[in-house]
Amino acid sequence: MENIILPNIPDLHKIDVYELHGGYKALRKALEMKPEEVTDEVKKSNLRGRGGACFPTGLKWTFMPKQTMKPKYLCVNGDESEPGTFKDRQIFEFNPHLLIEGTLIACYAMGIHTAYIYIRGEYGKWVKMMEKALADAYAKRYVGTQILGTGFSTEIVIHKGAGAYICGEESALMNSLEGERGYPRVKPPFPAQVGVWGCPTTINNVETISNVPHIINNGWEWYSKIGAPKHPGPILVGVSGHVNKPGVYEMPTGVPLLDIINKYAGGVIDGKSIKAVIPGGSSTPILRGDQLDGVCMDADSMKAAGSAVGTAGVIVMDEDTDLIQVLTRIAKFYYHESCGQCTPCREGTGWLWKIMKKFERSEARKEDIDLLLDIANNVEGNTICALGDAAAWPIQAMLRRFRDEFEKRVKPEIVRVETGAVA
Amino acid sequence: MLSQEKLQKIDELKKKYPTTKALVLPVLWMMQEELGHISTEAMKYVASLLSVPYSHIFGVVTFYTMYQSKPIGKHHVEVCTNISCLLRGSGKIVNHLEKRLGMKMGETSKDMKWTLSEVECMGSCGTAPMFCIGEEYHENLTTEKVDKILDGLK
Ligand SMILES: Cc1cc2nc3c(=O)[nH]c(=O)nc-3n(C[C@H](O)[C@H](O)[C@H](O)COP(=O)(O)O)c2cc1C
Ligand code: FES
Repeated sequence: MENIILPNIPDLHKIDVYELHGGYKALRKALEMKPEEVTDEVKKSNLRGRGGACFPTGLKWTFMPKQTMKPKYLCVNGDESEPGTFKDRQIFEFNPHLLIEGTLIACYAMGIHTAYIYIRGEYGKWVKMMEKALADAYAKRYVGTQILGTGFSTEIVIHKGAGAYICGEESALMNSLEGERGYPRVKPPFPAQVGVWGCPTTINNVETISNVPHIINNGWEWYSKIGAPKHPGPILVGVSGHVNKPGVYEMPTGVPLLDIINKYAGGVIDGKSIKAVIPGGSSTPILRGDQLDGVCMDADSMKAAGSAVGTAGVIVMDEDTDLIQVLTRIAKFYYHESCGQCTPCREGTGWLWKIMKKFERSEARKEDIDLLLDIANNVEGNTICALGDAAAWPIQAMLRRFRDEFEKRVKPEIVRVETGAVA
Repeated sequence: MLSQEKLQKIDELKKKYPTTKALVLPVLWMMQEELGHISTEAMKYVASLLSVPYSHIFGVVTFYTMYQSKPIGKHHVEVCTNISCLLRGSGKIVNHLEKRLGMKMGETSKDMKWTLSEVECMGSCGTAPMFCIGEEYHENLTTEKVDKILDGLK
């Protein structure tokens, strides 16, 4: 299948090139449809969110109230901070108008007149690229008041974050947008009822939104036949770690993980064997290299294998990798990024990191293995947002699948034998 | 503390958000651009400019890692050490930088030329290892490449 999210067209980021290749046609088409028809099209296409949870996009849109006196908002999530994830950045750089067009169509479908594209602060360069593209779209009257001469108006605002992984979590993102610390909110109420500034809000990932113009152009039936039936469409897979050709590859969902590694990413460096793979960004459970047969990049297959698609950030580790070192670094990340609201997460992530450092130095006690699991289990499910879960899953999975790695790092006990009386 | 041009920009920004408080992050970015870091003075200034308590501004500045509340070096070298970079040799880059600059991660040189920081995943995992200096990403680093980049900075 040809690339449609990141097609190989030079200068596609320029608006005239984008128009020349059928850009903003989907917007015209959508504006001729009823808003409900647009939502219906997305619902039937079976598009599922690319931000980590694979939530059905069309269904999410239907949660927005139709009759309300309050303004409604769309937040496009471009915080992209999950370690191993670098795909949304490609859209900002190479196909920004696809994102803008998708944003406009989503707004039209849900009756929204203001959308915020939240981009992580580190992406300063890409913020500027998006701002340029947006200014061009405004100049051509695709964005703003009375779009393309219709009665529909929408403003798009680009909002720059300032360095906090947690702001990718949807409710933290809304707080950050409001000018607050990025603290996640208790749910319910869900954003579609009480979102940003207390108003109905939908949050979608950058890549999710970028699929929408194609669904409108080609119809739900066409889209639903791409890749895995229950989780269809093109997906941007970022491959990193010990492969010959790391990078972002667009492919239909459902491609076997081994094909992604060997065919797309050029195989493991020096022909070494694979010790482990993290398939969907740092929070998804690690898989053993000898258990990858038949595991594919779609929600069902990953679930059956005991992991998740997440953000489709595939991190490959060869046979010589020190997995304890890798896990210690992951633990440090979650400790650093915990917002500190919930005690189990704030304290637990620190304890996990501390104990992992003992394993890294080969100074752990045998009991520390059970202690790690106990702490992880007590963080999971006991926090306001899923960062706690995201911190627990890698630890739990590593203990389940690579227990021997931990056992090897236990400090040998010095057994003192009673010597009795010395003559 | 802000130029007339920036104040004008703030007025325009106000139209894009339903509350003034929403301007806290954008205005703090402007302060940092203009002054290099966000001092207590600067925080108080933003507080009065946006009519929010100083304590709130302080809370925001200290929450987000990219806001600097202390002066930093002219060149801020931020090295990613997260897993994709770790697997591709970020450790070597860190050691090389520390040796070459004669300082440790987290430090600023006495002449205020350099600040070295360890950062989390920057979204460059496919071009690891990497660091950024200011907004510029430097990817697929080797120690030779690092030397060339640093040599080129005045
Ligand atoms: C700790 C944490 C960090 C997250 N970071 C991101 C992110 O950077 N980008 C993103 O799109 N979603 C992120 N999410 C998921 C969002 O909460 C939300 O589910 C998503 O943006 C919805 O978009 P989608 O339905 O299009 O996938 C994160 C979730 C958690 C718990
Ligand atoms: S791990 Fe270093 S950029 Fe992602």
